Amino acid sequence: MAAASTSGSGRDIGGSGGGLAAGEMEVEAYRRLFPLPFYERHLLDSVRPDARPLHRARDTSIALGPVASADGSALVKIGDTTMLAAIKLEVMTPSADAPDEGSLAIEFHMPPICSPIVRPGRPAEVAPVVSKQLSDVILSSGMINLKELSLITGKAAWMAYLDIYCLNSDGSLFDASLLSAIAAFSHLQIPLVSLSDDGRVVAVSGDLLEDESTPELVNKERKLLLHSIPFSLTCILHKKYILADPTAEEESIMETSITVVLDSSERLVSIYKPGGPVLAHTSTVKDCIVLTKHRMKELQNILEESLSAMEVV
Amino acid sequence: MGAMTVDRADGRSVNQLRPLACSRNILHRAHGSARWSQGDTIVLAAVYGPKAGTKKGENPEKASIEVIWKPKTGQIGKLEKEYEMILKRTLQSICLMTIHPNTTTSIIVQVFGDDGALLPCAINASCAALVDAGIPLKHLAVAICCGFTEGGSVILDPTKAEEQKIQAFAYLVFPNSPLSVLPSAPSAEVDGPIENGIITSVTHGVMPVVDYFNCLERGRAACAKISEFHRRSLESQVPGDLTKAT
Repeated sequence: MAAASTSGSGRDIGGSGGGLAAGEMEVEAYRRLFPLPFYERHLLDSVRPDARPLHRARDTSIALGPVASADGSALVKIGDTTMLAAIKLEVMTPSADAPDEGSLAIEFHMPPICSPIVRPGRPAEVAPVVSKQLSDVILSSGMINLKELSLITGKAAWMAYLDIYCLNSDGSLFDASLLSAIAAFSHLQIPLVSLSDDGRVVAVSGDLLEDESTPELVNKERKLLLHSIPFSLTCILHKKYILADPTAEEESIMETSITVVLDSSERLVSIYKPGGPVLAHTSTVKDCIVLTKHRMKELQNILEESLSAMEVV
Repeated sequence: MGAMTVDRADGRSVNQLRPLACSRNILHRAHGSARWSQGDTIVLAAVYGPKAGTKKGENPEKASIEVIWKPKTGQIGKLEKEYEMILKRTLQSICLMTIHPNTTTSIIVQVFGDDGALLPCAINASCAALVDAGIPLKHLAVAICCGFTEGGSVILDPTKAEEQKIQAFAYLVFPNSPLSVLPSAPSAEVDGPIENGIITSVTHGVMPVVDYFNCLERGRAACAKISEFHRRSLESQVPGDLTKAT
């Protein structure tokens, strides 16, 4: 198909380049000029250019609370892909058809800092798509019970603004942004509020609690209870190979990607495969689901470690 | 799965699709056009191309596809951008991209009515429009929407009211089954015939994994029927009507 025109000459260069002494330069030039044959040579040995086996995801780390002014925040790195998520809470009147529910506004931004492809003034094409995917997954998975965001039925409820900024874009944007959203919600501390004399809901600072005249608090719970947390894994399909957690280079060369999102009770929240030259058969989908289950356990461990590390401090 | 009869508002059975209608060559200035309707969901697709030049950032060694989605009412927002991206990637997988390098084919999708299963209807309309324009394709993409109800049964082609009530639904796109002149060679495909592969799958809502595979089975069976309908509607075009103003 698309590689047909390049792989023929690729093989020629590979054959004649074998005897040259300048190894490093040749490899880099080959990688830029013929990316698909370069990758296919690695895939034959079940490995990728960054020495990862095909089914392993990159190193993931979560840092909670980097943004002190936000009510909840998290910085997540999967390999080089870096996402910063921050949540700000604001009191607002709930809508008439859901008077005992708060609401959630999720926005995903790709500022030009994240990638040379994104130019200032011209938003990335991927950004609204990832933003919508995130909203759909977070709302349909039922992770957040909107009734917990309610303060006074019919009068006041929390509006949570979740903003996710991509600081470095190197593949698997959806996975990293979902993980950062979950970490930010786990870190979220709902501020204490009380009803002031004129009927408005005002924030209460921690110091006032030690006074004798403790104002009547409207909410007692400080942390949100997260039910069935969704975890995701994006895989790239190429011929018979399945590559987990692709980098940006891999995503641009092998265009077929499939993202599986499972929740903690192993139900399917989403299978997202937006076209692509490779067809996914049932066996491929089953393999991707198995890989996602493994990844879910890894991510659950990493999230628990970072939460317990934060509580110790 | 136990066959539970689900009462559907319009009296259809769980496996019944809404009446399909497809008419082509409606717009005389477009290179190809088609109008596809499934019940009250009506989509008009127009194809212009191939035109010279690719957009910045696209690979000039291949043809590129540009999709513009026009909703029936309201401004263009994230939902439209997502549909544009899914449609673009789905159509890129069925078009032969190396035949006309450095060209752009534009597909404009206009929604006339939205009563559920909008994206599958748009994909079907775009394929019919591409055929009408004469763009070379590997195979057609046939799309269906499968819903999963709380009772555990799978319903096909839900209306908008049904989509809002059910627990989860999936938009599935399969290739249509090839009709070959040559005697069928022993199938080298380990995974089964080509029409079993999924081109695109977009799901909303939570469902158990097993039920997703049930949806796939039902979706494949329904797509075989839609693919037959597609073939019949393409074959019925009278050769004399093929003259168009270009």
